[in-house]
Amino acid sequence: MTPMSASGLPRIARVRRLGRLLNIGVPYLWIGLFFLLPFVIVLRIGIAEPALAQPPYTALWQWVDSGLLEIRISLQNFSLVLEDDLYLAALLGSLQVASVCTLLCLVIGYPMAYAIATAPVRWRVPLLLLVVLPFWTSFLIRVYAWIGILKSNGLLNNFLIWLGLIDEPLQILHTQLAVYIGVVYAYLPFMILPLYANLTRLDRGLLEAAADLGCRPLRAFRKITLPLSLPGIVAGSMLVFIPVVGEFVIPDLLGGPESLMIGKVLWMEFFSNKDWPLAAALATLLLALLLVPFVLMQRLEQRLQSDDDAARP
Amino acid sequence: MSNYSIAWRIGLLLLLATIGPSALAEQKVHIYNWNDYFAEDTLSGFEQRTGIRAVLDVYDSNEVLEAKLLAGSSGYDVVFPTARPFAARHIDAGLYLALNKDQLPGLDRLDPAIMESLADIDPGNAHLVPYMWGTSGLGINVDKVEAALGADAPRDTWALIFDPDNAAKLSGCGISLLDDPTEVFSAALAYLGKDPNSLEQADLDAAAAVLQAVHPHIRYFHSSQYQSDLANGDLCVAHGYSGDVLQAQTRAEEAGNDVDVAYVIPREGAALWTDVMAIPADAPNPDAAHAFIAYLLDPEVIAEASNYVFYANPNLAARAHLDPSLRDDPGIYPPDSVKARLFVPTERDDREIRRLNRLFTRVKVGR
Repeated sequence: MTPMSASGLPRIARVRRLGRLLNIGVPYLWIGLFFLLPFVIVLRIGIAEPALAQPPYTALWQWVDSGLLEIRISLQNFSLVLEDDLYLAALLGSLQVASVCTLLCLVIGYPMAYAIATAPVRWRVPLLLLVVLPFWTSFLIRVYAWIGILKSNGLLNNFLIWLGLIDEPLQILHTQLAVYIGVVYAYLPFMILPLYANLTRLDRGLLEAAADLGCRPLRAFRKITLPLSLPGIVAGSMLVFIPVVGEFVIPDLLGGPESLMIGKVLWMEFFSNKDWPLAAALATLLLALLLVPFVLMQRLEQRLQSDDDAARP
Repeated sequence: MSNYSIAWRIGLLLLLATIGPSALAEQKVHIYNWNDYFAEDTLSGFEQRTGIRAVLDVYDSNEVLEAKLLAGSSGYDVVFPTARPFAARHIDAGLYLALNKDQLPGLDRLDPAIMESLADIDPGNAHLVPYMWGTSGLGINVDKVEAALGADAPRDTWALIFDPDNAAKLSGCGISLLDDPTEVFSAALAYLGKDPNSLEQADLDAAAAVLQAVHPHIRYFHSSQYQSDLANGDLCVAHGYSGDVLQAQTRAEEAGNDVDVAYVIPREGAALWTDVMAIPADAPNPDAAHAFIAYLLDPEVIAEASNYVFYANPNLAARAHLDPSLRDDPGIYPPDSVKARLFVPTERDDREIRRLNRLFTRVKVGR
């Protein structure tokens, strides 16, 4: 060995180890900085008590004279959230809206994604652009536009009256129906895009083979397309379901007094009631709850993966 | 290479040209006020007079303002809370700067009676300058209410919205309530003939029962939406602020859509409130804030604002500049017989506020 290589090798190894550390460290730093740290702050507010002060909650610790450290932890907020059926009702309301809307988005979005994926190649980009185009306008403005469409003397009612289908305007705005319309409208692209991405990768040869072997198109869809697009369905459903559970803007602008959703309750606790500790406790529990579908999805993906591996010779 | 550096220099020059005057030379005052609470030219007039740029942001409830102030570093220089119970609490929590009265030469034009009425929450009027005052009553669509209840039905009563029979008849054309626990509960207590400021559990439960009974007929709880909905004819009866309802009346007249909006102060009593100007303790530019308050003490400026927003102002010298129709409107300057029925909200402690808020949250969602 030459002296050069003797001093060079450990250096390379050291650089490699540093590189590996950076590689692994960056994602952990990301999670620590943007998830764990904010979460700890929220948790810390959740165990304080509300106060009329700046900030509006009590300090976690304070020095009592003679160097005694006093730590105050209040679990009252968590017990209040669990005892008061208002929060449970709001959570169930959110889950209901999210489930119904996810299903509706799937029913409307799947045929659309399928149509785009099977369209001639030169049509695909323009069609996709049409799906994405509304994002160029502010989300808030699009929801406001629905107020103009749905209100008593708005576009929809005037159109129906003009057609002669109804005499009196329908009360749609400020009802639960308006919330469903708004949510499905706003979140439909989040269902279409992952489904499209999945369906374009579908091997057409499988469908042709099925047809050659005498399988009817509907059965081929059920046996081949649907199972193979399952990852797309799962991804799209997650992208719709999870944000809709915490949705605040749409129920606030389009919904009425009866549309009780957890996002609105959180807003009320923060801004109307100035009860940051309670809101923080609620947010913590909500996060814990939203982790459940994530874990389920991961399980499902793992199973699909192992099925794939097992199917391979 | 040289092309690069030329491009770089031009870019730098452009950057300086755009941010230079605005960020370095120009002073700014950040104002946080209620929606529709200035005349159209109030801010531009201030900019012309002082050269300070006015940046406006709006809210529609004291609770939202309070939440921002309590969070700290709100970035606002002038805010407009309602004196009781909000500004009173904020002074106790040390949220406001003591005013430098040398910078506010127009203070002596304000009605001494109103200054006196604020002295108990703000000793020596050290923090607060009254901006405008008004009442919380009912805005009604005259024709639709007549069609639903008959021509003889009394309109100057909370029973219009709190009597379940009336509410059922009016629910088709729309009833709205303010999204504000203090306002809604005091209105319901006034309807029941109880002390509107009562915090007795029995009274609050009775008020909550009234609200629960009419809940199915309430279209929404909102503190600003009703203004445009009243003007468009999308609402029949709105629990709202005097000036906002009167603005809706004017908008409807301007639109010529045959919607006749009226403001009534219910005979059972209504809240009388004063909105004040204050400077947050952590205001970035307190000098500009003082300049802005001084500008609003100018009789012509504040009269112009009153003429536009239909709220009474406490500036005695401004009376001469008010529209006569405004001065004679009993909804804006109520006669003494009506004034006797108005009540002033009292202060509550933290625990009472929390209790009231929780009750209100339940009432709002109807459980």
